Amino acid sequence: MKFGILVNEGPFTHQASDSAYQFVKAAIEKGHQVMRVFFYYDGVNNANKLSAPQSDDRNLVKLWGELAAEHNVDLVVCIAAALRRGIVEDNLADGFRISGLGQLTEVGIAADRLVVFGD
Amino acid sequence: MSDTEIEFDTAGITRKFMYVNRKAPYGTIYALEVLEAVLISAAFEQHACIVFIDDGVYQIKKGQDTAAVNMKNFSKTYGIIAMEKEDADEDEDMDMVWRIIVEKESMEARGLSRDDFVIDVEVIPSDELAIIMAEQEIVISG
Amino acid sequence: MIHTVNKSPFERNSLDSCIRLSVKGAPILLIEDGVLAATRGTSVSDKVAAAMDDHPMFVLGPDLKARGLAEDDVADGITIVDYSGFVDLVVEHGTVQSWL
Repeated sequence: MKFGILVNEGPFTHQASDSAYQFVKAAIEKGHQVMRVFFYYDGVNNANKLSAPQSDDRNLVKLWGELAAEHNVDLVVCIAAALRRGIVEDNLADGFRISGLGQLTEVGIAADRLVVFGD
Repeated sequence: MSDTEIEFDTAGITRKFMYVNRKAPYGTIYALEVLEAVLISAAFEQHACIVFIDDGVYQIKKGQDTAAVNMKNFSKTYGIIAMEKEDADEDEDMDMVWRIIVEKESMEARGLSRDDFVIDVEVIPSDELAIIMAEQEIVISG
Repeated sequence: MIHTVNKSPFERNSLDSCIRLSVKGAPILLIEDGVLAATRGTSVSDKVAAAMDDHPMFVLGPDLKARGLAEDDVADGITIVDYSGFVDLVVEHGTVQSWL
């Protein structure tokens, strides 16, 4: 089955991005395809390569990037939400790309399920 | 924009999107950004149900004046949604149905009536709204 | 349709709204702080039990564990699932409505 995922929160205030990551990992392990993860609202902060969590904490920015590289998951950061929050190409982490909000509608149409993780 | 755009083929597919608004405006940014998502979906000619539940009903309350808090007053943007809905209703070639719905129980619990809103809405009781929700294919909540 | 609730029932009305606006038979999955609704002997236990007359109720085990809640603490009739089970529920029940 084809999944689309919407992540509405960043890695440090809410659990949403962690839950989404665990869900995506489980879906891939079960043989499903995750077509795209769309990062909206503060979710764009998941793509900030300047974020530096303490060494005993998980690094979700890196984990998302690795998952994308390994399993060909399209990680899209909403451009309007990103600009508001100072996420630009210069500080965009590996594995992410910046694009328009239409990419959310698009994956909603193309995927069998869209799952929203937010607060 | 990044160099590598990935696009999925969505031509000719119309699906049922629902946008669920449950939060009051200004305290958080969710209302504004859901609104942006709704407006984009019009370009894809998708069905859209925009619903206001719980404190979300305050998003379309008349008389919002944000001057003194120095925040962008986006309540006028709902007028654009109402216009998109009208266009969809009138254009017979367009296979796109838009509905703007307020849950009756949420509205009444907050002492509001349909006259309090900046746009025309359908006021629907929860048991009927539950059935409409269950028919949706994509639910986007913010 | 499957509903997920990620808010504590002691702090927010997400679970109430979910119950009010879901059709009979639609499953509800409690995740994140939503799992606090799943334990027995709380002030919301009766409400959750009543909802279970109409809705199969699930709770995400990893989120229970993270909050120091044991499987034994979970009220009768609520099924504990892991992330893999979460995926299966979504595959089986179609559209997901996230009550945030």
